[in-house]
Amino acid sequence: MISAWPGPDGDEYAVVFDRSRERRILVLPALFDEANKLRHFTVETMRRLDEAGFDSMLPDLPGCNESLAPLEEQTLLMWRDAAGAAANHFAATHALAIRGGALCAPAELPTWRYAPATGASILRAMLRARVLASKEAGLEETREELLARGKESGLELAGYRLGAAMIRELDKAEPAGGAALANIAQAELGGAGLWLRAEPDYDPAQADALATRLVTDENP
Amino acid sequence: MPSEPVAVGEYSETDLALRQVLQDVLGLSSDRTANFTAETGLFGYLPELDSMAVAGLLTEIEDRLDIVIEDDEVDGEMLETYGSLLGFVTAKRDGG
Repeated sequence: MISAWPGPDGDEYAVVFDRSRERRILVLPALFDEANKLRHFTVETMRRLDEAGFDSMLPDLPGCNESLAPLEEQTLLMWRDAAGAAANHFAATHALAIRGGALCAPAELPTWRYAPATGASILRAMLRARVLASKEAGLEETREELLARGKESGLELAGYRLGAAMIRELDKAEPAGGAALANIAQAELGGAGLWLRAEPDYDPAQADALATRLVTDENP
Repeated sequence: MPSEPVAVGEYSETDLALRQVLQDVLGLSSDRTANFTAETGLFGYLPELDSMAVAGLLTEIEDRLDIVIEDDEVDGEMLETYGSLLGFVTAKRDGG
């Protein structure tokens, strides 16, 4: 269930449900704080895909989760290359990009995008969290000033040390890459997106709904 | 125990939308948020509302209620109770 794949900076881990079946889905996780909030949901969706006869693999992006690569040296472009390398290693036939994962989906794979997020919206929430935390600590910062500084020299946001290149990319990034099979809106799963939750939470009905949506898609 | 039935029309549209955002962010049932009163404590009373959660909450309120909340408008007072947050959002929607 835990496997390794050759990332650009050495081996990275991946959670895999691999029985050499025909349909093999590379799962690109949500980014940063949302990755934690959606991890349980993501793995449970993969478990359901496994039961339905689909293989799936969830790689750690370099600098994330168990990866030893420094996060602040990563860029979205590097993550897209890394996702491509993982897709090759696992011989993925499709991709499922979750939220900000759609910002680094490899170009070659037909991709489902679940609740895709723009880089700007992810950055906005992280900048706001930093401003609020600083304010509590008695420090006045503004989002505009932080963004300008981040684009020059990088920034720590919500506990994530992001490099200048990553912040510049996020500010402009739109879900792209992959021949989009479909954008799957949160409303199709029922209930509110689990990335909104203040505390990580899990909803089996949503994992059922997403897996069923992929399994019953007419043109995968 | 069943909650008291709430008559449609008792809450403003803003009030209903704000209760829904809090339900989605805090993972509460609709019964729980229906029981929120103006005095129900939010920030400071709910340990799960850390800065990232408050940022997510404000961003979601902006998106769903089509308002822009400036960082310098956010303080402990505005977030202290349900009533203070609703008052702030209502004033914003009325063109504040």
